[in-house]
Amino acid sequence: MSEFFAMGGYAFYVWTSYGLTFLLLLIGVIKPLLANKQILRDLLLKRKREGNA
Amino acid sequence: MFMRFIYKFSSPPYFYAISGKMLPWLTALFLILLGYGLYGGLVTAPADYQQGNSFRIIYVHVPAAWMSMFIYVVMAISGGIGLVWRIKLAEIVSISSASVGASFTFLALVTGSLWGKPMWGAWWVWDARLTSELILLFLYLGVIGLYNGIEDKRAASRAVAILALVGVVNIPIIHYSVEWWNTLHQGATVTKLDKPSIHIDMLIPLLVMAGAFKVYYFITLLLRCRNELLEREQNAKWIDELLEKAK
Repeated sequence: MSEFFAMGGYAFYVWTSYGLTFLLLLIGVIKPLLANKQILRDLLLKRKREGNA
Repeated sequence: MFMRFIYKFSSPPYFYAISGKMLPWLTALFLILLGYGLYGGLVTAPADYQQGNSFRIIYVHVPAAWMSMFIYVVMAISGGIGLVWRIKLAEIVSISSASVGASFTFLALVTGSLWGKPMWGAWWVWDARLTSELILLFLYLGVIGLYNGIEDKRAASRAVAILALVGVVNIPIIHYSVEWWNTLHQGATVTKLDKPSIHIDMLIPLLVMAGAFKVYYFITLLLRCRNELLEREQNAKWIDELLEKAK
């Protein structure tokens, strides 16, 4: 197991590459998901305000 | 039949509903491909006879680089379609591709750097492949900047489409750079007319990872298109109904 993580001495290069990739992939879906919630909330608020006016 | 599907799919309310239903399935497919590709690439593929285990960076580096070019072409073509036929969804697909394309380009450059350091002894060289990929990153950033700089989103889409189409010239340059110039970057091992010069046990995880990244692009594209659609269509009636249901 520790041999696997050592990657034949290239641990830093290999794991940094994979780590960075997953970080960016994760951010790439979390950002639009959060934005979706925010947009729907804003639109609902806007509708309510217009309804009262 | 197909055209009718496309026509229906590009109607905003239908697109919003059907993409919402597709997302869980796409996510499951992505995770399966990713798990299989990672296991194959990190565990079952044998170490390279010259590069040892450092070659395993290939499983994120090459799919990211392929995606950086593929997404650029999608962005330019859908931008062109939006420019000529004024199809709203084409404009939205085009701009929604820009930031994920930029991410993949950045990843291709950084993972390449992390691979170059132990193998070539340098983080960066001004070699034709690396330089043309860096230009691709600037093209993406130019597209994003230009889009954000123009208030009217339909006008912005047209301006961006022209920039994206002009930049397509860089795509064959990236692909053939390793043949046209004497580069430090290695030549093609998979995407060439000849038989791939990579062992099948190394090749399969690479193709699976490439598939996983394609599905990922589709997922994040749908997510971004949905948001862009909501913002552009905010006063439309179908959104009233959508909000009513969400309450």
